[in-house]
Amino acid sequence: MSINVVEIRDLDYAVNGNQILEKINLQIEAGEFVGIIGPNGAGKTTLLRLLLGLIRQTSGQVRIFGLPPAQLGKKREAIGYMPQRPTFDRRFPLSTLDVVNMGLVTAGSLGCPLTRKQREKARCSLEQVGLAALQNRPFSRLSGGEQQRAFLARAICREPLLLLLDEPNTGLDLPTQHNFFNLLQQLQHKYNLTVVMVSHDLVAIARFAHRLVCINRTMHVHGKPLDVLNSPHLEKAYRCEFDVLFGRERG
Amino acid sequence: MSYSDGKGGNTLEIFSFAFMQRAFLAVIMVGLLCSALSFFVVLNKLSFMGAGLSHAILGGIAIGVLAGINPLYSGAVFAVAIALLIGYLSKHGKIQEDTLIGVFYSSGMALGIMLISFKQGYYPELFSFLFGNVLAVSIQDLQFLAVVMFFVLLYIVIFFKELFTISFDEELARAAGLPATTLYLGLLVCLALTIVVSVKVVGVVLASALLVIPAAAGYRLSGNYRLMLLFSLLTGLVAGLAGLFISYYLNIPSGAAIVLCASAIFFLSFLSRK
Repeated sequence: MSINVVEIRDLDYAVNGNQILEKINLQIEAGEFVGIIGPNGAGKTTLLRLLLGLIRQTSGQVRIFGLPPAQLGKKREAIGYMPQRPTFDRRFPLSTLDVVNMGLVTAGSLGCPLTRKQREKARCSLEQVGLAALQNRPFSRLSGGEQQRAFLARAICREPLLLLLDEPNTGLDLPTQHNFFNLLQQLQHKYNLTVVMVSHDLVAIARFAHRLVCINRTMHVHGKPLDVLNSPHLEKAYRCEFDVLFGRERG
Repeated sequence: MSYSDGKGGNTLEIFSFAFMQRAFLAVIMVGLLCSALSFFVVLNKLSFMGAGLSHAILGGIAIGVLAGINPLYSGAVFAVAIALLIGYLSKHGKIQEDTLIGVFYSSGMALGIMLISFKQGYYPELFSFLFGNVLAVSIQDLQFLAVVMFFVLLYIVIFFKELFTISFDEELARAAGLPATTLYLGLLVCLALTIVVSVKVVGVVLASALLVIPAAAGYRLSGNYRLMLLFSLLTGLVAGLAGLFISYYLNIPSGAAIVLCASAIFFLSFLSRK
Protein backbone atom coordinates (compact mmCIF):
# COMPACT_ATOMS: atom_id res chain seq x y z
CA MET A 1 0.00 0.00 0.00
CA SER A 2 1.33 3.42 -0.97
CA ILE A 3 1.92 5.98 1.74
CA ASN A 4 0.50 9.47 1.31
CA VAL A 5 3.36 11.93 1.54
CA VAL A 6 0.91 14.83 1.38
CA GLU A 7 -2.63 14.79 2.74
CA ILE A 8 -4.91 17.80 2.59
CA ARG A 9 -8.46 17.57 3.92
CA ASP A 10 -11.14 20.28 3.73
CA LEU A 11 -8.50 22.97 3.71
CA ASP A 12 -9.66 26.58 3.99
CA TYR A 13 -7.38 29.59 4.10
CA ALA A 14 -8.55 33.19 4.47
CA VAL A 15 -6.78 36.49 5.14
CA ASN A 16 -8.78 39.29 6.78
CA GLY A 17 -12.02 37.58 5.75
CA ASN A 18 -10.84 37.22 2.15
CA GLN A 19 -11.10 33.54 1.17
CA ILE A 20 -7.94 32.48 -0.66
CA LEU A 21 -8.45 28.70 -0.65
CA GLU A 22 -11.64 26.78 0.01
CA LYS A 23 -12.41 23.10 0.58
CA ILE A 24 -9.19 21.74 -0.90
CA ASN A 25 -8.80 17.95 -0.69
CA LEU A 26 -5.70 16.32 -2.06
CA GLN A 27 -3.62 13.20 -1.40
CA ILE A 28 -0.22 12.69 -2.98
CA GLU A 29 1.52 9.33 -2.83
CA ALA A 30 5.25 8.70 -2.59
CA GLY A 31 6.97 8.93 -5.97
CA GLU A 32 4.20 10.96 -7.62
CA PHE A 33 4.83 14.04 -9.74
CA VAL A 34 1.89 16.40 -9.29
CA GLY A 35 1.50 19.65 -11.17
CA ILE A 36 -0.51 22.46 -9.57
CA ILE A 37 -1.99 24.75 -12.20
CA GLY A 38 -4.35 27.69 -12.15
CA PRO A 39 -4.54 31.37 -13.15
CA ASN A 40 -2.69 34.19 -11.38
CA GLY A 41 -3.97 34.73 -7.85
CA ALA A 42 -5.54 31.25 -7.75
CA GLY A 43 -3.78 30.36 -4.49
CA LYS A 44 -1.12 27.99 -5.91
CA THR A 45 1.83 29.52 -4.05
CA THR A 46 -0.35 29.84 -0.94
CA LEU A 47 -0.99 26.09 -1.13
CA LEU A 48 2.76 25.39 -1.22
CA ARG A 49 3.33 27.76 1.70
CA LEU A 50 0.65 25.93 3.68
CA LEU A 51 2.39 22.61 2.95
CA LEU A 52 5.63 24.10 4.27
CA GLY A 53 3.95 25.48 7.37
CA LEU A 54 4.98 29.04 6.49
CA ILE A 55 1.35 30.03 7.02
CA ARG A 56 -1.44 28.25 8.91
CA GLN A 57 -4.76 27.19 7.46
CA THR A 58 -7.98 28.72 8.73
CA SER A 59 -9.57 25.29 8.96
CA GLY A 60 -9.03 21.74 7.70
CA GLN A 61 -6.00 19.48 7.91
CA VAL A 62 -2.58 19.43 6.30
CA ARG A 63 -0.32 16.42 6.87
CA ILE A 64 3.17 15.96 5.49
CA PHE A 65 4.66 12.51 6.14
CA GLY A 66 1.63 12.04 8.43
CA LEU A 67 2.39 15.12 10.58
CA PRO A 68 1.14 18.73 10.67
CA PRO A 69 3.83 20.97 9.06
CA ALA A 70 4.47 22.79 12.36
CA GLN A 71 5.35 19.49 14.07
CA LEU A 72 7.64 18.09 11.38
CA GLY A 73 10.81 18.68 13.41
CA LYS A 74 13.73 16.75 11.91
CA LYS A 75 11.47 15.41 9.12
CA ARG A 76 11.34 18.94 7.70
CA GLU A 77 14.83 18.27 6.34
CA ALA A 78 13.23 15.72 3.98
CA ILE A 79 11.47 18.56 2.15
CA GLY A 80 13.29 20.34 -0.65
CA TYR A 81 11.89 23.72 -1.63
CA MET A 82 12.48 25.97 -4.59
CA PRO A 83 10.72 29.34 -4.10
CA GLN A 84 9.79 31.65 -6.94
CA ARG A 85 12.78 33.36 -8.54
CA PRO A 86 12.03 37.01 -7.70
CA THR A 87 12.61 36.40 -3.98
CA PHE A 88 16.38 36.89 -4.18
CA ASP A 89 18.76 39.73 -4.94
CA ARG A 90 20.59 39.01 -8.18
CA ARG A 91 23.62 41.10 -7.13
CA PHE A 92 24.20 39.15 -3.94
CA PRO A 93 27.96 38.47 -3.66
CA LEU A 94 28.20 34.69 -3.59
CA SER A 95 29.28 31.77 -5.73
CA THR A 96 27.14 29.01 -7.21
CA LEU A 97 28.37 26.58 -4.55
CA ASP A 98 27.52 29.07 -1.79
CA VAL A 99 23.92 29.12 -3.03
CA VAL A 100 23.72 25.32 -2.94
CA ASN A 101 25.30 25.20 0.54
CA MET A 102 22.35 27.24 1.79
CA GLY A 103 20.14 24.22 1.17
CA LEU A 104 22.02 22.52 4.01
CA VAL A 105 21.28 25.27 6.53
CA THR A 106 18.43 23.92 8.65
CA ALA A 107 17.07 24.22 12.17
CA GLY A 108 18.93 20.99 12.96
CA SER A 109 22.31 22.58 12.18
CA LEU A 110 21.56 25.90 13.94
CA GLY A 111 24.77 27.47 15.16
CA CYS A 112 26.99 24.63 13.89
CA PRO A 113 29.33 24.91 10.92
CA LEU A 114 28.61 22.72 7.90
CA THR A 115 30.53 19.45 8.00
CA ARG A 116 32.85 18.22 5.26
CA LYS A 117 30.31 15.49 4.45
CA GLN A 118 27.54 18.06 4.05
CA ARG A 119 29.69 20.21 1.78
CA GLU A 120 30.40 17.14 -0.32
CA LYS A 121 26.64 16.64 -0.70
CA ALA A 122 26.34 20.18 -2.06
CA ARG A 123 29.08 19.46 -4.63
CA CYS A 124 27.34 16.20 -5.63
CA SER A 125 24.08 18.08 -6.15
CA LEU A 126 25.84 20.54 -8.44
CA GLU A 127 27.25 17.60 -10.40
CA GLN A 128 23.78 16.09 -10.71
CA VAL A 129 22.41 19.25 -12.29
CA GLY A 130 25.48 19.60 -14.52
CA LEU A 131 26.96 22.69 -12.90
CA ALA A 132 30.06 21.25 -11.21
CA ALA A 133 32.33 23.25 -13.52
CA LEU A 134 30.62 26.50 -12.49
CA GLN A 135 30.73 25.98 -8.73
CA ASN A 136 33.07 28.90 -8.10
CA ARG A 137 31.49 31.25 -10.62
CA PRO A 138 29.66 34.27 -9.12
CA PHE A 139 25.98 33.34 -9.00
CA SER A 140 25.03 36.65 -10.62
CA ARG A 141 26.99 35.67 -13.72
CA LEU A 142 25.01 32.48 -14.38
CA SER A 143 22.33 32.49 -17.06
CA GLY A 144 18.67 32.22 -16.01
CA GLY A 145 18.61 28.50 -16.81
CA GLU A 146 21.85 27.87 -14.89
CA GLN A 147 20.52 29.77 -11.90
CA GLN A 148 17.39 27.62 -11.90
CA ARG A 149 19.52 24.48 -12.03
CA ALA A 150 21.57 25.80 -9.11
CA PHE A 151 18.35 26.36 -7.16
CA LEU A 152 17.28 22.83 -8.01
CA ALA A 153 20.66 21.59 -6.70
CA ARG A 154 20.03 23.60 -3.52
CA ALA A 155 16.60 21.98 -3.17
CA ILE A 156 17.92 18.41 -3.60
CA CYS A 157 21.19 18.66 -1.65
CA ARG A 158 19.55 17.41 1.57
CA GLU A 159 18.41 14.33 -0.37
CA PRO A 160 14.74 15.13 0.19
CA LEU A 161 11.78 12.78 -0.17
CA LEU A 162 9.40 15.59 -1.12
CA LEU A 163 10.27 18.38 -3.53
CA LEU A 164 8.12 21.51 -3.67
CA LEU A 165 8.78 23.74 -6.68
CA ASP A 166 7.16 27.12 -7.25
CA GLU A 167 7.17 28.07 -10.91
CA PRO A 168 10.76 26.95 -11.52
CA ASN A 169 10.51 27.49 -15.27
CA THR A 170 9.41 31.14 -15.17
CA GLY A 171 11.51 33.31 -17.45
CA LEU A 172 13.25 30.42 -19.17
CA ASP A 173 13.19 29.96 -22.94
CA LEU A 174 11.59 26.80 -24.35
CA PRO A 175 14.74 24.65 -24.83
CA THR A 176 15.96 25.57 -21.31
CA GLN A 177 12.54 24.75 -19.87
CA HIS A 178 12.59 21.41 -21.64
CA ASN A 179 16.08 20.60 -20.30
CA PHE A 180 15.01 21.61 -16.82
CA PHE A 181 11.97 19.32 -16.91
CA ASN A 182 14.05 16.43 -18.26
CA LEU A 183 16.58 16.87 -15.48
CA LEU A 184 13.83 17.00 -12.89
CA GLN A 185 12.24 13.85 -14.27
CA GLN A 186 15.59 11.99 -14.20
CA LEU A 187 16.15 12.97 -10.56
CA GLN A 188 12.61 12.04 -9.68
CA HIS A 189 12.96 8.55 -11.15
CA LYS A 190 16.43 8.03 -9.70
CA TYR A 191 15.48 8.91 -6.12
CA ASN A 192 11.74 8.12 -6.21
CA LEU A 193 11.10 11.74 -5.28
CA THR A 194 7.61 13.01 -4.67
CA VAL A 195 7.34 16.25 -6.63
CA VAL A 196 4.73 18.97 -6.27
CA MET A 197 5.28 21.69 -8.82
CA VAL A 198 3.39 24.92 -9.41
CA SER A 199 3.53 25.94 -13.05
CA HIS A 200 1.93 28.33 -15.49
CA ASP A 201 3.16 26.33 -18.46
CA LEU A 202 0.29 23.89 -18.94
CA VAL A 203 1.75 22.16 -21.97
CA ALA A 204 5.14 21.51 -20.41
CA ILE A 205 3.86 20.32 -17.06
CA ALA A 206 1.30 18.06 -18.75
CA ARG A 207 4.16 16.24 -20.47
CA PHE A 208 5.98 15.41 -17.27
CA ALA A 209 3.50 15.24 -14.38
CA HIS A 210 1.58 12.11 -13.41
CA ARG A 211 -1.35 14.21 -12.26
CA LEU A 212 -2.52 17.78 -12.65
CA VAL A 213 -4.52 19.67 -10.05
CA CYS A 214 -6.22 22.82 -11.24
CA ILE A 215 -7.16 25.31 -8.56
CA ASN A 216 -8.68 28.74 -8.54
CA ARG A 217 -9.58 29.33 -4.91
CA THR A 218 -11.09 25.86 -4.85
CA MET A 219 -10.14 22.68 -6.72
CA HIS A 220 -11.79 22.74 -10.14
CA VAL A 221 -10.42 19.59 -11.70
CA HIS A 222 -7.71 17.04 -11.01
CA GLY A 223 -6.58 13.83 -12.63
CA LYS A 224 -4.33 12.59 -15.41
CA PRO A 225 -2.88 15.42 -17.49
CA LEU A 226 -4.80 14.68 -20.69
CA ASP A 227 -8.08 14.36 -18.82
CA VAL A 228 -7.50 17.67 -17.09
CA LEU A 229 -6.47 19.47 -20.28
CA ASN A 230 -9.61 18.22 -22.02
CA SER A 231 -11.91 19.02 -19.14
CA PRO A 232 -14.43 21.86 -19.57
CA HIS A 233 -13.73 22.76 -15.94
CA LEU A 234 -10.32 24.05 -16.98
CA GLU A 235 -11.77 26.94 -18.98
CA LYS A 236 -14.05 27.70 -16.05
CA ALA A 237 -11.07 27.82 -13.68
CA TYR A 238 -9.07 30.08 -15.99
CA ARG A 239 -12.11 32.07 -17.08
CA CYS A 240 -10.89 32.17 -20.68
CA GLU A 241 -11.20 30.32 -23.96
CA PHE A 242 -9.44 27.04 -24.45
CA ASP A 243 -7.32 28.15 -27.45
CA VAL A 244 -5.97 31.08 -25.47
CA LEU A 245 -4.62 28.59 -22.93
CA PHE A 246 -2.97 26.10 -25.28
CA GLY A 247 -2.83 27.40 -28.82
CA ARG A 248 -2.54 24.39 -31.11
CA GLU A 249 -0.76 22.22 -28.59
CA ARG A 250 -3.88 21.01 -26.83
CA GLY A 251 -3.74 17.36 -25.68
CA MET B 1 36.64 67.01 18.63
CA SER B 2 40.20 68.03 17.79
CA TYR B 3 43.18 67.78 20.02
CA SER B 4 46.48 68.84 18.51
CA ASP B 5 48.08 72.24 18.68
CA GLY B 6 48.25 72.13 14.91
CA LYS B 7 52.05 72.23 14.93
CA GLY B 8 52.62 68.60 14.02
CA GLY B 9 55.50 67.08 15.96
CA ASN B 10 56.97 63.60 16.44
CA THR B 11 54.82 60.95 14.78
CA LEU B 12 55.06 58.66 17.81
CA GLU B 13 54.18 61.42 20.23
CA ILE B 14 50.55 60.63 19.58
CA PHE B 15 50.96 57.29 21.38
CA SER B 16 52.52 58.80 24.50
CA PHE B 17 49.25 60.12 25.92
CA ALA B 18 46.97 57.78 27.84
CA PHE B 19 43.86 59.37 26.34
CA MET B 20 45.26 58.78 22.85
CA GLN B 21 46.00 55.16 23.67
CA ARG B 22 42.39 54.75 24.77
CA ALA B 23 41.25 56.58 21.64
CA PHE B 24 43.22 54.19 19.42
CA LEU B 25 41.81 51.16 21.21
CA ALA B 26 38.29 52.56 20.86
CA VAL B 27 38.75 53.31 17.16
CA ILE B 28 40.14 49.83 16.45
CA MET B 29 37.29 48.11 18.29
CA VAL B 30 34.54 50.32 16.85
CA GLY B 31 36.08 50.06 13.36
CA LEU B 32 36.08 46.26 13.44
CA LEU B 33 32.68 45.97 15.10
CA CYS B 34 30.91 48.39 12.76
CA SER B 35 32.54 46.83 9.70
CA ALA B 36 31.52 43.31 10.66
CA LEU B 37 27.95 44.43 11.23
CA SER B 38 27.90 46.64 8.14
CA PHE B 39 28.29 43.44 6.12
CA PHE B 40 24.75 42.41 7.16
CA VAL B 41 23.45 45.99 7.10
CA VAL B 42 24.34 46.29 3.40
CA LEU B 43 23.16 42.78 2.44
CA ASN B 44 19.86 43.24 4.27
CA LYS B 45 19.41 46.85 3.06
CA LEU B 46 19.30 48.08 6.66
CA SER B 47 21.10 51.40 6.16
CA PHE B 48 17.98 53.40 7.00
CA MET B 49 17.56 51.25 10.11
CA GLY B 50 21.13 52.17 11.14
CA ALA B 51 20.51 55.88 10.54
CA GLY B 52 17.17 55.77 12.35
CA LEU B 53 18.48 53.94 15.42
CA SER B 54 21.57 56.11 15.71
CA HIS B 55 19.46 59.27 15.81
CA ALA B 56 16.70 57.80 17.98
CA ILE B 57 19.10 56.83 20.78
CA LEU B 58 19.57 60.49 21.64
CA GLY B 59 16.37 60.04 23.64
CA GLY B 60 17.96 57.24 25.67
CA ILE B 61 21.17 59.21 26.15
CA ALA B 62 19.19 62.19 27.43
CA ILE B 63 17.35 59.97 29.93
CA GLY B 64 20.74 58.90 31.31
CA VAL B 65 21.94 62.51 31.49
CA LEU B 66 18.86 63.59 33.47
CA ALA B 67 18.79 60.48 35.69
CA GLY B 68 22.50 60.79 36.48
CA ILE B 69 23.45 57.36 35.10
CA ASN B 70 25.96 56.57 32.36
CA PRO B 71 24.20 57.81 29.18
CA LEU B 72 25.68 54.88 27.23
CA TYR B 73 23.83 52.39 29.45
CA SER B 74 20.48 54.18 29.18
CA GLY B 75 21.12 54.68 25.46
CA ALA B 76 21.77 50.95 25.08
CA VAL B 77 18.50 49.96 26.79
CA PHE B 78 16.58 52.58 24.78
CA ALA B 79 18.14 51.55 21.45
CA VAL B 80 17.56 47.83 22.03
CA ALA B 81 13.91 48.49 22.96
CA ILE B 82 13.35 50.58 19.82
CA ALA B 83 15.13 48.04 17.59
CA LEU B 84 13.00 45.19 18.95
CA LEU B 85 9.81 47.23 18.62
CA ILE B 86 10.55 48.15 15.00
CA GLY B 87 11.57 44.58 14.16
CA TYR B 88 8.60 42.96 15.89
CA LEU B 89 5.95 45.30 14.50
CA SER B 90 7.29 45.15 10.94
CA LYS B 91 7.79 41.36 10.93
CA HIS B 92 4.27 40.81 12.16
CA GLY B 93 2.87 42.88 9.35
CA LYS B 94 1.54 45.65 11.54
CA ILE B 95 3.25 48.45 9.60
CA GLN B 96 6.08 48.90 7.07
CA GLU B 97 9.60 48.85 8.54
CA ASP B 98 10.77 52.09 6.90
CA THR B 99 7.65 53.89 8.15
CA LEU B 100 8.38 52.77 11.70
CA ILE B 101 12.03 53.80 11.40
CA GLY B 102 10.91 57.22 10.15
CA VAL B 103 8.67 57.63 13.19
CA PHE B 104 11.29 56.55 15.77
CA TYR B 105 14.11 58.41 13.98
CA SER B 106 12.51 61.80 14.62
CA SER B 107 10.57 61.12 17.81
CA GLY B 108 13.62 59.63 19.58
CA MET B 109 15.70 62.64 18.65
CA ALA B 110 12.91 65.04 19.64
CA LEU B 111 12.66 63.32 23.03
CA GLY B 112 16.42 63.73 23.48
CA ILE B 113 16.36 67.43 22.60
CA MET B 114 13.40 68.06 24.91
CA LEU B 115 14.91 66.20 27.88
CA ILE B 116 18.31 67.84 27.49
CA SER B 117 16.59 71.24 27.50
CA PHE B 118 15.40 70.43 31.05
CA LYS B 119 19.01 70.22 32.17
CA GLN B 120 20.02 73.46 33.82
CA GLY B 121 22.83 75.43 32.20
CA TYR B 122 25.19 74.53 29.37
CA TYR B 123 25.76 70.85 28.76
CA PRO B 124 29.01 70.50 26.78
CA GLU B 125 28.80 66.70 26.57
CA LEU B 126 25.80 67.06 24.26
CA PHE B 127 28.22 67.89 21.45
CA SER B 128 30.24 64.77 22.26
CA PHE B 129 27.16 62.64 21.82
CA LEU B 130 26.09 64.41 18.65
CA PHE B 131 29.44 64.49 16.89
CA GLY B 132 31.63 62.13 18.93
CA ASN B 133 34.71 62.80 21.03
CA VAL B 134 37.08 59.91 20.99
CA LEU B 135 39.39 61.79 23.36
CA ALA B 136 36.80 61.54 26.08
CA VAL B 137 36.67 57.73 25.99
CA SER B 138 37.19 56.44 29.53
CA ILE B 139 38.39 53.07 30.78
CA GLN B 140 34.78 52.32 31.71
CA ASP B 141 33.66 53.12 28.14
CA LEU B 142 36.36 50.82 26.77
CA GLN B 143 35.22 48.01 29.04
CA PHE B 144 31.60 48.45 27.91
CA LEU B 145 32.80 48.55 24.29
CA ALA B 146 34.81 45.34 24.76
CA VAL B 147 31.84 43.51 26.29
CA VAL B 148 29.50 44.62 23.48
CA MET B 149 32.13 43.71 20.89
CA PHE B 150 32.56 40.23 22.38
CA PHE B 151 28.84 39.41 22.38
CA VAL B 152 28.07 40.94 18.98
CA LEU B 153 30.97 39.19 17.25
CA LEU B 154 30.11 35.95 19.03
CA TYR B 155 26.53 36.21 17.73
CA ILE B 156 27.74 36.88 14.20
CA VAL B 157 30.30 34.04 14.25
CA ILE B 158 27.86 31.46 15.68
CA PHE B 159 24.93 32.31 13.43
CA PHE B 160 26.81 33.53 10.36
CA LYS B 161 25.51 30.90 7.95
CA GLU B 162 21.93 31.30 9.19
CA LEU B 163 22.06 35.12 9.00
CA PHE B 164 23.64 34.90 5.55
CA THR B 165 20.95 32.47 4.33
CA ILE B 166 18.17 34.69 5.71
CA SER B 167 19.77 37.71 4.00
CA PHE B 168 19.74 35.92 0.64
CA ASP B 169 16.42 34.08 0.79
CA GLU B 170 14.28 34.45 3.89
CA GLU B 171 11.50 32.27 2.49
CA LEU B 172 13.92 29.38 2.03
CA ALA B 173 15.29 29.86 5.54
CA ARG B 174 11.81 29.73 7.05
CA ALA B 175 10.92 26.67 4.98
CA ALA B 176 14.01 24.95 6.42
CA GLY B 177 12.66 25.62 9.92
CA LEU B 178 15.10 28.40 10.84
CA PRO B 179 13.81 30.87 13.45
CA ALA B 180 14.25 33.71 10.96
CA THR B 181 12.40 36.39 12.94
CA THR B 182 14.29 35.63 16.17
CA LEU B 183 17.64 35.67 14.37
CA TYR B 184 16.72 38.94 12.64
CA LEU B 185 15.70 40.53 15.94
CA GLY B 186 19.04 39.36 17.38
CA LEU B 187 20.79 41.14 14.51
CA LEU B 188 18.84 44.33 15.26
CA VAL B 189 19.86 44.12 18.93
CA CYS B 190 23.51 43.81 17.81
CA LEU B 191 22.99 46.80 15.54
CA ALA B 192 21.49 48.89 18.36
CA LEU B 193 24.32 48.04 20.79
CA THR B 194 26.98 48.71 18.16
CA ILE B 195 25.51 52.15 17.45
CA VAL B 196 25.54 52.97 21.16
CA VAL B 197 29.21 52.11 21.60
CA SER B 198 30.09 53.99 18.39
CA VAL B 199 28.54 57.20 19.69
CA LYS B 200 31.62 58.13 21.72
CA VAL B 201 33.80 57.82 18.63
CA VAL B 202 31.74 59.35 15.84
CA GLY B 203 28.54 60.63 17.51
CA VAL B 204 24.87 59.88 16.82
CA VAL B 205 24.89 61.96 13.65
CA LEU B 206 27.68 60.00 11.97
CA ALA B 207 27.44 56.54 13.61
CA SER B 208 25.27 55.15 10.83
CA ALA B 209 27.98 55.97 8.25
CA LEU B 210 30.31 53.38 9.78
CA LEU B 211 27.52 50.84 9.51
CA VAL B 212 27.21 51.26 5.76
CA ILE B 213 30.38 52.58 4.14
CA PRO B 214 32.86 49.76 5.02
CA ALA B 215 30.66 47.00 3.56
CA ALA B 216 29.64 49.23 0.64
CA ALA B 217 33.35 49.57 -0.22
CA GLY B 218 33.84 45.83 0.31
CA TYR B 219 30.89 45.11 -1.96
CA ARG B 220 32.43 47.27 -4.67
CA LEU B 221 35.80 45.57 -4.35
CA SER B 222 34.67 41.95 -4.49
CA GLY B 223 31.99 39.71 -5.99
CA ASN B 224 32.29 37.18 -3.17
CA TYR B 225 31.04 37.65 0.36
CA ARG B 226 34.22 36.33 2.01
CA LEU B 227 36.37 39.00 0.38
CA MET B 228 33.61 41.56 0.85
CA LEU B 229 33.73 40.89 4.59
CA LEU B 230 37.52 41.09 4.62
CA PHE B 231 37.60 44.37 2.66
CA SER B 232 34.86 45.70 4.91
CA LEU B 233 36.92 44.96 8.05
CA LEU B 234 40.01 46.52 6.48
CA THR B 235 38.08 49.62 5.44
CA GLY B 236 36.71 50.11 8.95
CA LEU B 237 40.10 49.62 10.53
CA VAL B 238 42.08 51.76 8.08
CA ALA B 239 39.47 54.54 8.07
CA GLY B 240 39.39 54.58 11.88
CA LEU B 241 43.17 54.75 12.32
CA ALA B 242 43.77 57.14 9.42
CA GLY B 243 40.92 59.36 10.60
CA LEU B 244 42.38 59.53 14.08
CA PHE B 245 45.86 60.45 12.78
CA ILE B 246 44.47 63.06 10.40
CA SER B 247 42.29 64.47 13.13
CA TYR B 248 45.26 64.76 15.48
CA TYR B 249 47.67 66.35 13.05
CA LEU B 250 45.24 68.57 11.12
CA ASN B 251 43.27 69.58 14.18
CA ILE B 252 39.85 68.54 12.86
CA PRO B 253 37.00 66.63 14.56
CA SER B 254 37.76 62.91 14.80
CA GLY B 255 34.30 61.60 13.90
CA ALA B 256 34.16 63.59 10.70
CA ALA B 257 37.76 62.62 9.80
CA ILE B 258 37.04 58.89 10.27
CA VAL B 259 33.83 58.99 8.22
CA LEU B 260 35.51 61.01 5.45
CA CYS B 261 38.39 58.50 5.32
CA ALA B 262 35.87 55.66 4.96
CA SER B 263 34.06 57.63 2.25
CA ALA B 264 37.35 58.20 0.43
CA ILE B 265 38.00 54.43 0.41
CA PHE B 266 34.47 53.87 -0.87
CA PHE B 267 34.94 56.29 -3.76
CA LEU B 268 38.40 54.86 -4.52
CA SER B 269 36.77 51.42 -4.73
CA PHE B 270 35.07 52.58 -7.92
CA LEU B 271 38.50 52.53 -9.56
CA SER B 272 38.62 48.76 -9.14
CA ARG B 273 37.27 46.38 -11.77
CA LYS B 274 34.92 44.10 -9.90
